[in-house]
Amino acid sequence: MSYTFQFRDVFAQRDAILDGLVVTLELSAVTITLGFVLGTLAAVVLVYGRPWARRIMRMYIEVIRNTPLIVQLFLIFFGLPGIGIRLDVMTASVLALTINLTAYTAEIVRAGFESVPKSQLEAGVSLGLTGPQIFRHVVLLPAIKAVYPSLTSQFVLLMLATSIVSQISAADLFHAGSIIQSRTFRDFEVYTVISLLYLSLTLLMRGGFSLLYHLLFRRP
Amino acid sequence: MIRELAPLDLYYLVLAVRWTVALTLLALAGGSIIGVFVAAGGAAHHALPRLLARSYVGLVQGIPLLAWLFIFYFGLSIVGYDLPPLIAATVGFSVYAGAFLGEIWRGALIAIPRTQWEAGTAIGLTYLEQLRHVIIPQAVRIAIPPTVGFLVQLIKNTSLAAVIGFVELTREGQMTTAATFQPFAVYLLVAALYFSLCYPLTRYSRILEGRRRVVR
Repeated sequence: MSYTFQFRDVFAQRDAILDGLVVTLELSAVTITLGFVLGTLAAVVLVYGRPWARRIMRMYIEVIRNTPLIVQLFLIFFGLPGIGIRLDVMTASVLALTINLTAYTAEIVRAGFESVPKSQLEAGVSLGLTGPQIFRHVVLLPAIKAVYPSLTSQFVLLMLATSIVSQISAADLFHAGSIIQSRTFRDFEVYTVISLLYLSLTLLMRGGFSLLYHLLFRRP
Repeated sequence: MIRELAPLDLYYLVLAVRWTVALTLLALAGGSIIGVFVAAGGAAHHALPRLLARSYVGLVQGIPLLAWLFIFYFGLSIVGYDLPPLIAATVGFSVYAGAFLGEIWRGALIAIPRTQWEAGTAIGLTYLEQLRHVIIPQAVRIAIPPTVGFLVQLIKNTSLAAVIGFVELTREGQMTTAATFQPFAVYLLVAALYFSLCYPLTRYSRILEGRRRVVR
């Protein structure tokens, strides 16, 4: 093996890397926020909705969870213009990622809702809590607490999956990698650096989420 | 040259499912070999194998699959192997599947109560006999539903092999789109084909999960 690794050319392009990093962070933050809120609402429909609403929600979740994200993204970005809906790269990316994450979040939060014992609800009623109060204090918070680990792993997976938007030329971290690769031809080095950045983001997110857990669910 | 979407295009798309299935099976085989070591290491009594297994899983799961594919695709060519995309994809997906399968199987192994091991010792079984006759038969029952569930993830993720030029279902879809300029119809069909592969497995995994609850 006579290959010499050269990271200098890659580090010379750190501005491009930083720009990509910012886009990846923004994309992840927006999608996770939207996906969490919409996914929780979807879970409410799944558990408490009317039968027809439940059935539609179930279909949406099964379709999304049984097809690849990249195909969903291609369908939205390349397919929709064919029926007259043209979206720019970032809108298509946020839309595809949100539609995808919402389905996974809904499944996870639903499991959380179902883990709350019925007797807890009855206890809420006998304490004189109103419906919304029961939902907030007796169902929602304990449910989120119960599924917090799966929920946050799903968010980390989403952050990693945002790399797929580079395939429709969204200017994220992974796309910065391919641009630098085409400038420097140092493909292996580029993707090593990019990978290490993703790994750091993963570790930061895991740390952040476990900190958040203590802040949210610590008992006084 | 742009032409109409012909029945032949649909036929080729359906045929491309073979390569999605082939890549999934190759990755499952490779991933199982790695997964056995990861699971055994992760459930070991010594700290070192546990640390190694955990680091492997953390590393693989902390980097996008897309990046792993590129690393193996470009990395293996640096070492001097000019490999076809199928090999690079198989290696990449095996590494990825090994981490997830290893975690699933480790979970199944440590779910077996310690008393089962002790019972094995008490009737004079060696360590390997305990594994073979006592632990693994019980662990397999726990592990099968999530393993089938992971298979669905694997099938869906093989779509990423398209970006390193391996012609499976998604890549075939891209090529058909380029020729016919009917992206909406083509990607809808591609999605439907993935769904028809994945949904039965999802259902099956759920049935197995339910059956296990009844048995226990």
